[in-house]
Amino acid sequence: MSTTYLVGVDGSDHALKAARYAAEQARSAGASLVVAHAIDWSGFDIMGPEELAERHKIKEAELDRAQTKVIQPVLDTLADMPLEVSTDVHHGHPAKTLLDLAEQHGASHIFLARNGHTRLAVALLGSTAHSVIQTSPIPVTVVP
Amino acid sequence: MDIDEKINEWVSPATHFIENIVFFAVDINSVGLPLVLVWLLVAAAIFTIYFRFVNLRCIGQALRIVRGKYDDPSHDGEVTHFQALSAALSGTVGLGNIAGVAVAISLGGPGATFWMILVGFLGMSSKFVECTLGVKYRTIGPDGIVSGGPMHYLRTGLTDRGWPVFGKILAIFFAVMCIGGSFGGGNMFQANQAYAQFHSVAAEFGFDGHYGWLFGSTIAVFVGLVIIGGIRSIGRVTRILVPFMCLIYVSAGLCIILGHITDVPAAFGLIVTSAFAPEAVGGGLIGVLIQGIQRAAFSNEAGVGSAAIAHSAVKTNEPVSEGLVALLEPFIDTIVVCTITALVVIITGAHLNVGMEGIEMTSRAFNSIIPGFDYILVIAVVLFAFSTMITWSYYGLKSWTYLFGDSKAMDLTYKLLFLMFVVIGSAMNLGAVIGFSDAMIFAMSFGNIIGLYIMMPEVKRDLNGYLSRVATGEITETR
Repeated sequence: MSTTYLVGVDGSDHALKAARYAAEQARSAGASLVVAHAIDWSGFDIMGPEELAERHKIKEAELDRAQTKVIQPVLDTLADMPLEVSTDVHHGHPAKTLLDLAEQHGASHIFLARNGHTRLAVALLGSTAHSVIQTSPIPVTVVP
Repeated sequence: MDIDEKINEWVSPATHFIENIVFFAVDINSVGLPLVLVWLLVAAAIFTIYFRFVNLRCIGQALRIVRGKYDDPSHDGEVTHFQALSAALSGTVGLGNIAGVAVAISLGGPGATFWMILVGFLGMSSKFVECTLGVKYRTIGPDGIVSGGPMHYLRTGLTDRGWPVFGKILAIFFAVMCIGGSFGGGNMFQANQAYAQFHSVAAEFGFDGHYGWLFGSTIAVFVGLVIIGGIRSIGRVTRILVPFMCLIYVSAGLCIILGHITDVPAAFGLIVTSAFAPEAVGGGLIGVLIQGIQRAAFSNEAGVGSAAIAHSAVKTNEPVSEGLVALLEPFIDTIVVCTITALVVIITGAHLNVGMEGIEMTSRAFNSIIPGFDYILVIAVVLFAFSTMITWSYYGLKSWTYLFGDSKAMDLTYKLLFLMFVVIGSAMNLGAVIGFSDAMIFAMSFGNIIGLYIMMPEVKRDLNGYLSRVATGEITETR
C-alpha cells in the first residue's frame, strides 16, 4: 500500500514553507502528498434569514477563493518537485477537518506550519497546530 | 396634543377597519368568536390527527436531526437544520412570549395559559406541514440565492395539481398579507412593546413624557443601518446577544419558579380550573379560549406560513427532516417560554394588578422577586424586538419582491415603508397596534392553510417514506 502524507495549508507564507518541507519528506519516503485546507465554519453559527438564503452562494465563493488563494500557490511552489500531489478543501472546524481528511486519505503523517499568531491569541483561541497535535492518532510534524 | 397622540389618531381608523374585517366574529353566548381563530385551531387539530400525532411521536427524531446527527458531510458549509431553526426562532421568540402572555392573562385570566399551551402543542403539526413544503418547493436562483415559503409552494404545488390560477391567487394573497404582517406583528408590535418597557424604566428617572416617536426613530435608524446600509455587523452582534438574553430570561424565570416550587401545583391548578371556569374573565369559557388561542398563534405563528420562508434555506435532500425540526419551534416558543412567563406572572400575583397591560405586567412580576430585573428586561426586549424586526423585514421583502419584482428601487421602497412603521408602532396605543398586528398575521393563514389542506396527502406520503427509511436503516446517522 502506498504511503500518503497530508499537509494542512492556510494561504500563509508559513504554510508554503511547510508544504515544501512536507513535499521533500514525501519524495524521499516515496509517498504521495495531499494538500488540505479547512475553511473555518460551524453548523451551529447563528445566522439571519438573509444570510441563510445567500449561504450556498457564499460557500461556492469560499471554495473558489480557497482554490485560487490557498491551494494554487502551494501547487505552484511544488510544481518543480517530482511528486504525486492531490488537493482537498472542506468546510468545518480546522483541526477536526484536517484530522478527518487525513483519515479519509489514509495519511500516515500530518505536516503543519506553526502559525504566526501571538502567544496571547494562541492562549485565548488556541491554534490549529495545538489542537491537531493533541488529538491526532498519527504523527504530526510542526514546521517552524 | 403631542406627536404620539396625533400619529395614533391618524392611523387608528385604518387599523380598526382592517381588524374588523379579519376578526369577523360569530356570537356564541353573546361573546364574539373570531372565525380566524377557529380556522387556525381546527387546522392545527386536523394536522395533528391526520399526521397521527407527529408532534409527539417524532420529537426524538427532530432533536437528533437538529443536533446534526443526520447531516451529510458533503453538505458542510451549507445551511444546517440548527441554523434554519435558530433563524426562524429569531422571528418568533421575543415580545410575543414576554408581553403577549401578559396580554392573554390580563384579558382572559390565568386559564388563557392552558389554551396557549394546547394551541402551541397542536401548532407543532401545522409548522411541520408548512416547513416541509417550504423546503420541497423552494427554488435556487441563477445567482445561487434560495427562495422559498408559501408563495412558492402555493403557486407551484397547486399548479402541479392543475390549478395554476388558484395557486397564483393564494400565493399573491399570502404575499400581500405577509407584507402587512411584517409591518404589524413583525414591526409595530415589537416597537410598541419595546418602547412601553423603555418608557416604564425611563419614568423612574423622571422622563415621563410621550416620546414614542423619538424612540421609534432611533430604533428605525439602527434597523435602517442593517437593512438598507447593509451593516451586517449590527445584525450579527444582535444575533449573538439574543440567545444570551433568552437564556437570562428563561433562567430568571426558572429561578423564580424553583424558588416558589410549592406554589407551582396551585398555579397549574388555577390555570386548568380557570381555563374551563364559566365565570372566567371577559366572556366566560369562549373569552378565555379566544385570548389563549390568539396570543399563542401570534407568538408561534404556526399555520401562518412565515417560518417556512426561513426554513426553506436548509441544505437537505429530505424536506420532511426540516419539517420535523420546525415542529420544535412552537414547542420552544409557546410550551416552554410562554409557560415560564405565565407561571412567573401567576406565582407573583402580578396578574391581580388592575390597569396594567402587556409587558408592564411581566416586568412587575419579575421585578417583585428580582429587583432591578426591569433594567435587564428593557435590554432584552429591545434586542428581541430588533432581531424580530430584522427577520420580519426579510419575510416582508421576499413577499414584496415576489409581487413587484426584484429591483433596487422596489427594494428600497419596501425598506423605507418598513422603517416608517417602526416609528408609527412606537407612538401608537397598544390596543390599536395589537389589533392591526394580529389581523395581518392571522390573515396570512387564510391562503396558507387552504394550500396545506390540499397538499397534506403529499406531505403524509413523504413523512411515511422518510420514517420507513429511517426504520429500515436506509437513512442512518452520519455523525
